[in-house]
Amino acid sequence: MDMQVAKKKLGLKERYAVMTRGLDWTPSYQKMEDIYPYIAYEGIKIHDWDKWEDPFRLTMDAYWKYQAEKERKLYAIIDAFNQNNGHLNVTDARYINTIKLFISGISPLEYVAHRGFAHAGRAFPGPGPRVACLMQSLDEIRHAQTQVHSISNYNKYYNGMHDFHQAHDRVWFLSVPKSFFDDAITAGPFEFMVSIGFSFEYVLTNLLFVPFVSGAAYNGDMGTMTFGFSAQSDEARHMTLGLEVIKFILEQDPANVPIVQRWIDKWTWRGYRVLTLVAMMMDYMLPKRTMSWKEAWEVYFEENGGALFKDLARYGIKMPKCAEQIALEKDHLSHQAWSTFYNYAAAANFHTWMPDEDEMAWLAAKYPASFDKHYRPRYEFWREQAAKGNRFYNKTLPMLCQTCQIPMIFTEPGDATKICYREVDYKGDKYHFCSDHCKEIFEHEPEKYVQAWLPVHQIYQGNCFPEGTDPTVEGFDPLAAVLEYYKLEHGRDNLDFDVSEDKKNFAEWRGQATKNI
Amino acid sequence: MQIDLRTVTIKPLRQTFDNIARRIGADKPASRYQEGTLDMQQTANFHYRPTWDPEHDIYDASRTAIKMADWYAFKDPRQFYYGAYTLARAKQQDTAEANFDFVENRGLAATLPESVRKTVLELLLPLRHVAWGSNMNNASVCAYSYGTGFSQPHIYQAMDQLGIAQYLTRVGLLLGDVESLDEAKRAWMDDDAWQGLRRYVEDSFVIKDPVELFVAQNVALDGLLYPLVYETIIDDVLSSQGGTPVAMLTQFMTDWFTETRKWVDATVKIAAAESPENKEVMARWLSQWRDRSAAALLPVARIALGDRSDEVLGEVVQQFNARMAKAGVAL
Repeated sequence: MDMQVAKKKLGLKERYAVMTRGLDWTPSYQKMEDIYPYIAYEGIKIHDWDKWEDPFRLTMDAYWKYQAEKERKLYAIIDAFNQNNGHLNVTDARYINTIKLFISGISPLEYVAHRGFAHAGRAFPGPGPRVACLMQSLDEIRHAQTQVHSISNYNKYYNGMHDFHQAHDRVWFLSVPKSFFDDAITAGPFEFMVSIGFSFEYVLTNLLFVPFVSGAAYNGDMGTMTFGFSAQSDEARHMTLGLEVIKFILEQDPANVPIVQRWIDKWTWRGYRVLTLVAMMMDYMLPKRTMSWKEAWEVYFEENGGALFKDLARYGIKMPKCAEQIALEKDHLSHQAWSTFYNYAAAANFHTWMPDEDEMAWLAAKYPASFDKHYRPRYEFWREQAAKGNRFYNKTLPMLCQTCQIPMIFTEPGDATKICYREVDYKGDKYHFCSDHCKEIFEHEPEKYVQAWLPVHQIYQGNCFPEGTDPTVEGFDPLAAVLEYYKLEHGRDNLDFDVSEDKKNFAEWRGQATKNI
Repeated sequence: MQIDLRTVTIKPLRQTFDNIARRIGADKPASRYQEGTLDMQQTANFHYRPTWDPEHDIYDASRTAIKMADWYAFKDPRQFYYGAYTLARAKQQDTAEANFDFVENRGLAATLPESVRKTVLELLLPLRHVAWGSNMNNASVCAYSYGTGFSQPHIYQAMDQLGIAQYLTRVGLLLGDVESLDEAKRAWMDDDAWQGLRRYVEDSFVIKDPVELFVAQNVALDGLLYPLVYETIIDDVLSSQGGTPVAMLTQFMTDWFTETRKWVDATVKIAAAESPENKEVMARWLSQWRDRSAAALLPVARIALGDRSDEVLGEVVQQFNARMAKAGVAL
């Protein structure tokens, strides 16, 4: 019985190996291709799943312990924030519109990531990637839920968030983030990992998640900031996984390289187009700015991303070619987006406004090449009109890009005076695109992108009215019917911030909380 | 004596999100389970069909034969959202850690009679692979089932089963060594005693219907396996032979089964109560998979129970039938 003494202690790596890959076996009662049916059709060749390097060695007992500690802290802070009317400490009520954008545009994506990683984890025959994917699936439902729980309190006091699930599936601009994730989850498991695991989590997280959380920190929103910081160590794990996936696939077979390169090109562009919403949030919606969109792109993509792609060059991977166009757009992106939302403020679930003089000066300083020349005059005109009681609300519907689903608002690369249009004829129909990159994505998989549920087309086809609506009756108001379908309340959830109930209530409540009235 | 702390009170415009209010009424605040679960999954206007399953939408209720008017009829009686789930498991893992420490620090593994130690290694270690199979199956149900009320508990179940596989690995390393794990895997692959169960698990890997997979894995297989191995063999039979330390090392599994079965029973009950058609489908799946599961477990039971296996397994099946009858499905 001296066996106990003789037993050798396992190293961390060996111990983790018996805790994960040691559990797996090669089945013999069912065929591999029947158990893992989704693994071959993308053309990615994996010769040895055991070459997978576990990017972090977390067993479930340690995971539970560590995560529970974070949950305890997070919910204690959320409770304190709510009890204390923490929402009244934000810089000003305009800030709350970023939260509306976040919960209706981003949180539902966390949920899709949860399901998508469950799917990818199930699809991969290798135990290493499976465990990593499933752990991420579990983290992602955490993110979806902690966001809903943190923002729940804002919903009690402010408009625009009250039916965010309904909105996410229906509202015109929310089809931009929704179609992005639908595109990823409907792709094969390898492409899903490159799209979300690598392009989104690794390359673009700093441009999406970080601006929202930093924006919250800068604007006194401890509720949102806390879930952001609490998710930080999860995100670090996800980024590590994203990088490991790409290296693993590239090292397995040289034939994988061109496939992966195409995915990186596609998903960097798709991701960047979604970031349009973030760009305008950073430059216009945060009362206290953290940095401009342009600065963020330069730091997080051009510098950090540049170093990453230099590192990947040894596998034959190049910087996505769309980076050149993005660099040309960085002086214009946020302004063109904000102008559009200013126009369509009647059909969105958040408020818009014109920047004040100080803010215009900030924008001019951050965008010396473009703001005063192209955008200030436009804003001054709209501001004058609004002062005269002619606040402009655009009631016609814009043409959308078939791929990214953003209205065709972007200008030609290098010419800010000309809208960029591209088109393709496919099986007797004409399809429109905002850019060469969106057009190329379509051309590579037209059968996929012809399926897109384009909000404007759907409205014109009569598919976005409440059931039983008769659009032929006299005096039919299509916008009212569409808002009803979105479950948005006209006059409360939409229109200019200046006339909003949010603005009025916030001022009143802050007075109540800080003055003796 | 109550003290009355004053805070500034502002009357909220609404108590919760509209989708929750439509389900529970607008006059009361919702629980975190409700806000984190109800309608979380997207339901409309999907942009593209999955390239890996073009017959279906991304989330598609028609992947299963079970039909529900509202998939959010499925509620987890444990009210597990991520936070509640991890807190519950962290507490259990504290206990498990203390138990492992207790057994290790007092050298209790060395006090086990050799026959008990041998039985435990032979019986428990191949079950690592069964738990790993369950991890995969529950990931599958989570990915392909409809509605967060139904899908959500499956990611928790998947990770629990990974945790169980890892606890079993630790038992193996404590009572044996890496070679014991290798030997158990060899038995899992080659020995007659395990082939029925391995076939069951591998056959479950190709079940496409997520609710049937729930039945095959979480109801029928675990519903016999856990009472047989953990509640009967370890807690009763081996304990009476000096194997109490083993019961300490597997307390997580015993507690876990007691807890998760509440959710399993509620799920069976809700599916069956929906319609006579559902009940018929559930009854068919349950009896098919129960019979296969019982047959697969019989040779495994013999490792510890020898001649008494038929009798004990018969009792476990009886208890299972009574459980299902209580959940509304008479078998």
